[in-house]
Amino acid sequence: MFEIVSRRDLSPNITEMKVKAPRVAQSAQPGQFVIVRVDELGERIPLTICDYDREKGTVTIVTQTIGISSAKINSLKQGDAFTDFAGPLGRPSDLLELPEEELKKQRVLFVAGGVGTAPVYPQAKWLKEHGVTADVIIGAKTKDIFTYVDEMRKVANVYLCTDDGSEGFHGMVTGLMKDLIERQGKQYDRCVIIGPMIMMKFAALATREYNIPTQVSLNALMVDGTGMCGACRVTVDGQTRFTCVDGPEFDGHKVDFDEAMRRQSMYRDNRKTHPETHNCKCHG
Amino acid sequence: MANRIPRVPVREQDPARRATNFEEVCYGYNDEEARLEASRCLNCKAPRCMGACPVHINIPAFVARVAAGDLAGAAAVIGADSSLPSVCGRVCPQENQCEGSCVLGIKSEPVAIGKLERYVGDWAIAHRDELPVSPAPRNGHKVAVIGSGPSGLACASDLARMGYEVKIFEALHKVGGVLVYGIPEFRLPKERIVAEEVKSVKDLGVEIETDVIVGRTLTVDDLLDREGYDAVFIGTGAGLPRFMGIEGENLNGVFSANEFLTRTNLMHAYDDSFDTPIYTGRKVVVVGGGNVAMDAVRTAKRLGAEAVIVYRRSEAELPARKEEVHHAKEEGIEFRMLTNPVRVVGDDKGWVKGIECVEMTLGEPDESGRRRPVEKEGSNFVIDCDVVVMALGTSPNPLIKSTTEGLQCNRKGCIEATEDGATSREGVFAGGDAVTGAATVILAMGAGRKAAAAIDSYIKSKPRQ
Repeated sequence: MFEIVSRRDLSPNITEMKVKAPRVAQSAQPGQFVIVRVDELGERIPLTICDYDREKGTVTIVTQTIGISSAKINSLKQGDAFTDFAGPLGRPSDLLELPEEELKKQRVLFVAGGVGTAPVYPQAKWLKEHGVTADVIIGAKTKDIFTYVDEMRKVANVYLCTDDGSEGFHGMVTGLMKDLIERQGKQYDRCVIIGPMIMMKFAALATREYNIPTQVSLNALMVDGTGMCGACRVTVDGQTRFTCVDGPEFDGHKVDFDEAMRRQSMYRDNRKTHPETHNCKCHG
Repeated sequence: MANRIPRVPVREQDPARRATNFEEVCYGYNDEEARLEASRCLNCKAPRCMGACPVHINIPAFVARVAAGDLAGAAAVIGADSSLPSVCGRVCPQENQCEGSCVLGIKSEPVAIGKLERYVGDWAIAHRDELPVSPAPRNGHKVAVIGSGPSGLACASDLARMGYEVKIFEALHKVGGVLVYGIPEFRLPKERIVAEEVKSVKDLGVEIETDVIVGRTLTVDDLLDREGYDAVFIGTGAGLPRFMGIEGENLNGVFSANEFLTRTNLMHAYDDSFDTPIYTGRKVVVVGGGNVAMDAVRTAKRLGAEAVIVYRRSEAELPARKEEVHHAKEEGIEFRMLTNPVRVVGDDKGWVKGIECVEMTLGEPDESGRRRPVEKEGSNFVIDCDVVVMALGTSPNPLIKSTTEGLQCNRKGCIEATEDGATSREGVFAGGDAVTGAATVILAMGAGRKAAAAIDSYIKSKPRQ
């Protein structure tokens, strides 16, 4: 069992938990994820690692309530425990592979949306620790649902935008990106985008215009998370890849986002499908 | 003469009924049936069955003890060579091994060795309390076993019996490897059999830690250097699914057999009290002809779908066990032989609506010795379906290879190991599907046991530090 040592609400439906998982904390790197199971009846759910403390042996996760399993996770209290907490899984961020000298020269832009903000944090923090202060665009529909802004400000230059103009730049992340690059004359050597699939699709289209090499972190459906099932198949540059072992980060200019979004919605309308109760809208 | 007695038929759940549930198909022998069947054995002087058993169980000796009603004795005979009799009695391809070479099979039917082994294994589980095992005194050495499938369990229990402190590291949340995620409940009950076999390994003093992915959570080198293990056994199986590489394979509704079976077996998706979903639609087409294909198609049927096997060769070449094919047919599975998919057809929302196939004919034998299937030009046709399951075989997971420097693998990604499991890295041994590619439970178990013996002599030969 993996105990929740602290828990706080970041917004009405987004929760941050620090979980005691010494082995995971020991090996975790920015960009990786864990697979958790709430209880003996639960699904295996992939969650991106948002921070880790090797000394205390804790790993931080941030979860947004979307379906049954995320609601179960968010109903857990401090002192409760996950039945399973396995990881770290996936490849660490490409940033970690850069030689020290090259890394120091990098001008990095992160684009974060929704619950994707927290997973950007360990990457920005890692860069800061390695002498690089990145720019981070954080987008939200409205100012009340921003998460991880204060944490992020400690490790990076933060630029906020809201769809309704309630805080920061009035517009979407792509609009703010354009403003930074075209009006403020900023230049970037690479970009990492983490957030809802549709946001990653359009933000990656924008960085392609600017010729900025771009990584996106995909949140595909998974079962085992170790390369066994292939539920997380994604097409990158015309090739089928497994998000769990080949990703979760891929070249954002080569991902087939439309397929990825379609595959992500596989169980949306029919969580437990048996033919007699079959009401899948996709078949008319 | 003993062989005048016909082979005792084994009782099975009615096909129409069992096609709607996940309970075990075969009920196994009762005491009377087992003794009668055991009495058919001729007790040959040069028993061919033993030679055909991958782990050389002394079959005539255990069968004679069953006939005499000495089940503790029978269990001890099997136990000398096999640590998973209840499992192997259920899933071994006996028709190609022990039973396939039984002398009785020449003129009549072979002794039902598999069913007898299962009977003895199940008896031993039920009477385990009467057969106390005291863990051997510890010899002060530690061995790490990676993977809790058949090879890992067998290796760990042998080492524990020799006095080693053994810890198994399992990536998934449940212990048993392919026995829990792959083979369905209706063929191998998870709680009644697999969990019990695992318990008997734990009773020997073996520790098991789940949720540890070696290659990610820890590396092989961490185990040797940081955690102080004297040797490591890699029994990580062949878990990576293959796909055909045809158009439409990433449509919604196309699954690997691994995913389809893992959702059902490991995650209990067929049981509404569990959260994991599974999608079957009305009709499921399973591509492939091996045991995994049979498991997937029979699972689809039990989930309420119309279920079809599509296989590119003819029935004679089906690699699945005959018993599984027979059971599948009884349950109403449709077999479309000499049929090869060329494309998965999707609807305008990106969901599967059919699978386009071509008819095949058999040409000259290929390198596998089986006649090569040749496409009949222009014979394309579409089978309407909602789900396609690809059961085309699996290969070893590259995670350990890619994180263990100096560990040699062949071009298929299988770890290179000697007959007794030694790899290119000192102190690192391997066995089972991770070495051979997808094979059988009994071969994996045998490899685990051989490696245990080799690990013992390796550690004993090392100078004490």
